[in-house]
Amino acid sequence: MAAVQGGMVDAKDELDIKSEPPSDGFGNSNANDGRLLSSSPGAGTGGTATGNNKPAPGPPEEQQTLLAVLQFLKKSKLAESAEILRREAGLPEDALDPKGTDASGSGPGLAAGSGQVDGVDASSLLSRVTVSSSAAAQAPKKAAAGEDQPDVSVVLSAYSQQGDPSLYDAYYSGLKRFIESVLDCHRAELSQLFYPLFVHMYLELVYNNNESVAKAFFEKFSGDQECYYEQDLRILSSLTKKEHMKGNETLLDFRTSKFVLRISRDSYQLLKRHLQERQNNQIWNIIQEHLYIDIFDGMPRSKSQIDAMSGSLAGEARREANKAKVFYGLLKEPEIELPLDDEDEEAENEEGKPKKKKPKKDSMGSKSKKQDPNAPLQTRIPLPELKDSDKLDKIMYMKESTKRIRLGSDNLPSICFYTFLNAYQGLTAVDVTDDSSLIAGGFADSTVRVWSVTPKKLRKVKSAADLNLIDKESDDVLERIMDEKTASELKILYGHSGPVYGISFSPDRNYLLSSSEDGTIRLWSLQTFTCLVGYKGHNYPVWDTQFSPYGYYFVSGGHDRVARLWATDHYQPLRIFAGHLADITCTRFHPNSNYVATGSSDRTIRLWDVLNGNCVRIFTGHKGPIHALAFSPNGKFLASGATDGRVLLWDIGHGLMVGELKGHTDTIYSLRFSRDGEILASGSMDNTVRLWDAMKAFDDLETDDFTAATGHIHLQDNSQELLLGTYMTKSTPVLHLHFTRRNLLLAAGAYNP
Amino acid sequence: MAADREERRFAEVSRDSVKLMAESAGLELGDEVAALLAEDVCYRLREAAQSSAQFMRHAKRKKLTVDDFNKALRWSNVEAICGYGAQDAMLFRSVKEGELFFVEDRDINLIELALATNIPKGCAETMVRANVAYLDGKGNVGPQGTVPAAVQSLSDDLLKYYQQITRAILGEDPHLMKVALQDLQSNSKIAALLPYFVYVISGVKSVSHDLEQLNRLLHMVKSLVQNPYLYLGSYVRSLVSSVMYCILEPLAASINPLNDHWTLRDYAALLLSHIFWTHGDLVSGLYRQILLSLQKVLSDPVRPLCSHYGAVVGLHALGWKAVERVLFPHLPAYWANLQAVLDDYSVSNAQVKADGHKVYGAILVAVERLLKMKALSLPQPAEGCSSSQPGCLAGPMGYRVSSPGLSPPPEPLAEAGLGIASHLQAGGAGCQWEEWSPVPLPAMYSELYSFFGDSLAVRFSTEQSFGGFSPCTPSHFRETRKEPLGHVSNPDTTRKMPQLTANLNISPRQDGSPRTDPPPPSLAATGSVRSLARSSMQRSRASSSRSGQRSIGLSRDVFPKARFTSPHSGPPTFSFVIGGRQMGRRCQGRRPFQTIFVPTPPPPVVLPRVYTHKLPVIGRVCKPLRRWTRSHYSLHLPL
Repeated sequence: MAAVQGGMVDAKDELDIKSEPPSDGFGNSNANDGRLLSSSPGAGTGGTATGNNKPAPGPPEEQQTLLAVLQFLKKSKLAESAEILRREAGLPEDALDPKGTDASGSGPGLAAGSGQVDGVDASSLLSRVTVSSSAAAQAPKKAAAGEDQPDVSVVLSAYSQQGDPSLYDAYYSGLKRFIESVLDCHRAELSQLFYPLFVHMYLELVYNNNESVAKAFFEKFSGDQECYYEQDLRILSSLTKKEHMKGNETLLDFRTSKFVLRISRDSYQLLKRHLQERQNNQIWNIIQEHLYIDIFDGMPRSKSQIDAMSGSLAGEARREANKAKVFYGLLKEPEIELPLDDEDEEAENEEGKPKKKKPKKDSMGSKSKKQDPNAPLQTRIPLPELKDSDKLDKIMYMKESTKRIRLGSDNLPSICFYTFLNAYQGLTAVDVTDDSSLIAGGFADSTVRVWSVTPKKLRKVKSAADLNLIDKESDDVLERIMDEKTASELKILYGHSGPVYGISFSPDRNYLLSSSEDGTIRLWSLQTFTCLVGYKGHNYPVWDTQFSPYGYYFVSGGHDRVARLWATDHYQPLRIFAGHLADITCTRFHPNSNYVATGSSDRTIRLWDVLNGNCVRIFTGHKGPIHALAFSPNGKFLASGATDGRVLLWDIGHGLMVGELKGHTDTIYSLRFSRDGEILASGSMDNTVRLWDAMKAFDDLETDDFTAATGHIHLQDNSQELLLGTYMTKSTPVLHLHFTRRNLLLAAGAYNP
Repeated sequence: MAADREERRFAEVSRDSVKLMAESAGLELGDEVAALLAEDVCYRLREAAQSSAQFMRHAKRKKLTVDDFNKALRWSNVEAICGYGAQDAMLFRSVKEGELFFVEDRDINLIELALATNIPKGCAETMVRANVAYLDGKGNVGPQGTVPAAVQSLSDDLLKYYQQITRAILGEDPHLMKVALQDLQSNSKIAALLPYFVYVISGVKSVSHDLEQLNRLLHMVKSLVQNPYLYLGSYVRSLVSSVMYCILEPLAASINPLNDHWTLRDYAALLLSHIFWTHGDLVSGLYRQILLSLQKVLSDPVRPLCSHYGAVVGLHALGWKAVERVLFPHLPAYWANLQAVLDDYSVSNAQVKADGHKVYGAILVAVERLLKMKALSLPQPAEGCSSSQPGCLAGPMGYRVSSPGLSPPPEPLAEAGLGIASHLQAGGAGCQWEEWSPVPLPAMYSELYSFFGDSLAVRFSTEQSFGGFSPCTPSHFRETRKEPLGHVSNPDTTRKMPQLTANLNISPRQDGSPRTDPPPPSLAATGSVRSLARSSMQRSRASSSRSGQRSIGLSRDVFPKARFTSPHSGPPTFSFVIGGRQMGRRCQGRRPFQTIFVPTPPPPVVLPRVYTHKLPVIGRVCKPLRRWTRSHYSLHLPL
């Protein structure tokens, strides 16, 4: 940790605790605090100084205090004292282990009850979680309505110390002059200070009722800021009264989270010397209180390097935030015997083409057999057992994959576009089953519609009375329970009371999830085409939801800035992932189901560990809200698309940005890797589907050790080389992309005349 | 939205507006209060606009709707505004006198609405429709793709097209048929129909009694094969098997001797070679298989002669190498059977014998081309550039010229050596060829000669006759020619030649018989031994048969002759290989043996040139080439 100064550490810690808002755990970007809060926000906040959020019973709260002290001791490197305290208080050894190897996922307040590390099975995971989540459920409600006003005033009071308002202008321009006069290599780094300083100075002026000075200040310097902050500046400029500051979410973000800058030691020394010489206390105070300067040794970064990483609401991610180990490998597939001698293959043999396929199949087999060193333990997250029907599906999958087309830059997939016609009510979300047999659309009129795209029609199960008449011993009982009279291509699901923003099929095609503006997530049965469960908890619009690749779990994220992990048979969430500073706009499961990625309007992407609820990665670099995420099939990489029209590629293991794909001219709503990961397809509001050479994008970067060590990326601008094709639709925004098991690309969107 | 207008300037609600609103609600506001309120209202509006943008983004729209705004209001605990849900733009009006602006409200007569008889139907059902863009390797959206009809079903248009085309092709109107075939050959959007057309074509088996239909189906094959936008893929196999059917099967139509199934077989063979040349990559795996089946037919004595004929032209179509590999080694065995047929002069055997002559002619053509190709391929290295050139150059020419649609790429040496339609005799010509062939050739030649006797020699001479068409060159070339001849020719061959030529004069019909391909060197070597033993007897047999035929021929000639004459003058103009040859061949059966025909060879005049002609081809490329392309030359190439 690159503490700024010895003296500052204490002050900062204090501040961390004090300013911890009970609401969403805003302070979670700090890795240590994050562990405390994210797993059970209710319990976590109970221990903080403000303490107005009384959740759990008494004992845990005491324990919280102890833990806080313990944490402080550890931070101050007083290891022995900490050890003694821990022993005396009877706290578990790993209570503060930052790596979270505890693996329990329970909040520390409950750690005593679940001390045993191993033996993670479904029931224990769930029981632990449900206990903590009952407390957790209250937290977001708080954040919701206007109740948070008192806390805000606590937060804002930080602004009360004021210098002479008329001097702000001079301070700022003085700093500006200094930075402009500094050596080139430092200028880019120090220029990062402009934006946060500008914001905080402006807010201080507004808070202290210097409206006209604030306006003048804004007029004078807002033009200097980077263009990608325009959105925020616009919000800022509309804010001219102290009264308005209450309840303004953007403002809260600025106040409650420290803006993170990464600056090389040399540049920082330069800055410090300058400020001390000039006695520029006003600026120094702001830096100390509202900024977090992450100092590194080595070469200062260039302008382009900085620009690549900045843009998020709260600056860059701290380096330690991305240090945790991530098990990005894939889980071993269960071994299922594949009946090799089926007719299909023989037919192909006669055709004379099957020779190429043999070796491919072998390689696939071996891939699933060898244990990936980066893979999590098979039982790290309890997964549902395979049913017979799942096994059958797996076999189908393997058969199909032997017929998969090998894609590459010289062999692009054909694209099948599903156009929604007459969708006047507004298509807002689309999903396709893995086997590409069903397509579902979520609509602004609160309906969910499911179509069959194969000749097989959708049928309901017969009514209970009719089911009684069926011979249950017969072989085709599964066929007999279906009511032939209900067969149709389309089924409409009614239940929501607001636009349906996210839908997701379960991997076994028996269920469908939908999340809506009405704050609920609904689980639908695709056997009976009725609603089974309504999951309540978000209370605000739920922007996205997705099933785990293994089923059973699902994740959701919405306007309340938290993502939740649910299990289909629990009406309360198992985990709450809090930390984003703005709405969570999209959620994705890692292919191994151990992690969840969330994209947010705060222009960051976070990766969360499902096991313990920790935030293990924060990716910054997008300049607009993120609306699409996709994991590569091997689990190593993540692609993200945002309203800025760019696709960014991330290496999960190293926590680095590894590529930037420019080309789209509007929001990217959909991203998908081909089944073998060679091609990345992106679909956008600009009515195009673009195909990118993912192999090449990832290949070029593998070797750079220096980058991996320092986290300083240097991206070459090779978007044009990587762009393999651009395919226009007829005024149809591309909302969804899907690769079939044979690597045909399916796209979907509503015709928008 | 308001916030977007100009840079950081916002729509402002003025103090007066606030006052007015307050008045309308029955309140009196002071200026200061109104100003503060106005400012606050502005701020709240902006805030609401910003959060409503979020709903717009998540609805994946670019247009902010009243609905979005209402949602934003709802989530900030403000009552939604009602009555603005319509999609149409709202009219914003001003009243001049009062400086008032307002949104116009339409009056709706509810009674009228309730009693209206034209009840709106409601909007169409939401539905999903699939469109497929097939991408080729480079990522271009192909007009048709490499994935034929994998996903999509036939649209109505395509279906209609399919019906029209098949009806036109199989229908009565020849003009319609031509148009349909032409379209089939150039239409870029019929990929999805390919399987259907292939299916139709596979119907050859059910119409084997109807030559006309078979012919049309074959033309359909031709059109499909030539369509540059179609990727035939594995369908090519099906096409090939249909074509093979026409070549090899004893069609029901061939029972009636009046039916000209020979032409059909020739055309099918031509098509086969064309497929192999243009779609070699797709059918390469089939080559062996087809060779085998041809060989099987050829070696099966139970099969009717027309099947044997098909096998021979099929081999011929697959190139001289195929002939060398299959036909040549098989010839001695086959010859015995054929000879037996040809030697049977009984009346009952007349028809069979006629067929036999067909086969005989076909073999002769194939074998001559073999010899020619051999001759050309061998000397090449020896003679260096001069000899090789003609091969290369003539080759491309030849195929380009050949039949209109079908342009198989040449076997490099094929063309130059082939003289086809030559009914001409030219004694000198024979020698000329001999001198060309290096060691192995003579062996092969002698073996073949043992079968065919003089007819073989004629073949070669004839080809030179084509040279005759070049008016300018003859004399000049002849002289240059002679010198090399002297050197190279070995005494035996030269001696032989005259004999051959003598015969040649007699047999004009050989024009029809295509040229021979030279057998492989190895074979030739072994063959020579055999041939020596055989030669004497066979030659006698051959001659006897020939004479015999002559006598018999009379009876049969009647109709063939009539047909024949016209083609004679025609040969140069034939653009159509098979047709041309066919004619010739038909005559062959009879003609060789008939003296009657002697006068027929119309181009005898050319004789001297024939001889010379070879030179231009070899040494000088340009002029002769052009001539060739136009003339008969085209006829030989395809096969």
